[in-house]
Amino acid sequence: MAEIVGAYFTSHVPAIGGAIHKGLQQEPYWKPFFDGFHKVHEWLAQVKPDVAIVFNNDHGLNFFLDKMPTFAVGAAAEYHNADEGWGLPIYKPFAGHTELSWHIINSLVEDEFDITTCQKMLVDHALSIPFELAWPDVEAWPVKIVPFAINTVQHPLPSAKRCLALGQAVNRALQSWTGDERIVIIGTGGLSHQLDGERAGFINRDYDTFCMDNLSVDPAALTKDSIHEMVRKAGTQGVEVLNWIAARGALGEAPVQEIHRNYHIPISNTAAATMLMEPA
Amino acid sequence: MSGPQNAMPPIPGTHLFDGDAAAKGFELNAMCYSFNDAANRQAFLDDEEAYCAKFHLTPQQREAVAQRSVLGMIAAGGNIYYLAKLAGIFGLNVQDVGSMQTGASVDDFKAMLFAQGAGQSYEEAHGAMIQKEKVHG
Repeated sequence: MAEIVGAYFTSHVPAIGGAIHKGLQQEPYWKPFFDGFHKVHEWLAQVKPDVAIVFNNDHGLNFFLDKMPTFAVGAAAEYHNADEGWGLPIYKPFAGHTELSWHIINSLVEDEFDITTCQKMLVDHALSIPFELAWPDVEAWPVKIVPFAINTVQHPLPSAKRCLALGQAVNRALQSWTGDERIVIIGTGGLSHQLDGERAGFINRDYDTFCMDNLSVDPAALTKDSIHEMVRKAGTQGVEVLNWIAARGALGEAPVQEIHRNYHIPISNTAAATMLMEPA
Repeated sequence: MSGPQNAMPPIPGTHLFDGDAAAKGFELNAMCYSFNDAANRQAFLDDEEAYCAKFHLTPQQREAVAQRSVLGMIAAGGNIYYLAKLAGIFGLNVQDVGSMQTGASVDDFKAMLFAQGAGQSYEEAHGAMIQKEKVHG
């Protein structure tokens, strides 16, 4: 049976990609953020996952407003990054795990989740940057992926409660998978930040601390706020924490323990956070 | 078309990109989405008027783009994830865009972010930024 080795959560700001590209990891601005990844590297070397289930959000690379799925699941043999418009380097492609994708898709639909399936899906910095951070300088990624894209662009967004339930349904799918892969769950985005409007630059340390304190021990605590209230507390783009909540759900309902946390303000306009959790 | 969230109390300085905004902003966002392609970015730079016309921008959208008004583009239905691609054409990053929307200098906007990193609340850091703009701006 497959084993879920744990979960890795991190922010995915495009500027992080620029910093990696320019080798700025030890510059004073970036060091407090990049230093949070030594433990991630050690942990990944220990747990040696070979598949990653990744919850992230598209920023207008793969999806446009003509068709905007609430929950999209990748079912491709390969996923490519592409030009997002800012001249950042294009990141390495990712190998998909199509059989596991279809197993999860079948299980989710059986479980009454109405998902969009994607045999083609471009992945943007929300997926690439967490991988560049987790496995720096590798020629090819050591894991295959099953990517999920959650709509955080166009309201109405799925509720936090629904995202947690989606993750828990993914966990049930993984429980019935007969392969023997070692699986890591990844949630990307956030934490609090707002790029648009007169409140641009809004960050909320108290809310982020609440999220980080509860995510491992009481994820349901993060699902009590409406999306509107989450925007108020976390900022318009801070709702990306939905990806973290879904990822936490995919860890399952058995107890998990937080084994690492790093939090730093600001990276770009964002309160940047990195966490690791594993089964207790 | 207004959804239930329109009945919620507004969040100051915040524009939720809902169905109304998405319908209103479709053409503007479609143009910005096209900027994922470098050739389209160049076409915009070569002839902005013609490029905007090709995407059938509304007069409100066209004016906001011409004025480089981020708040104007948001009012015209622009979504920041797509608008960021237009900002990228001009070499602007999200601090520049934050500065344009808050009326603060880029340095003062960055200082506001750092102040939150140093433990100030957003209200404290933002208040200090606005005060500074009044004195020096």
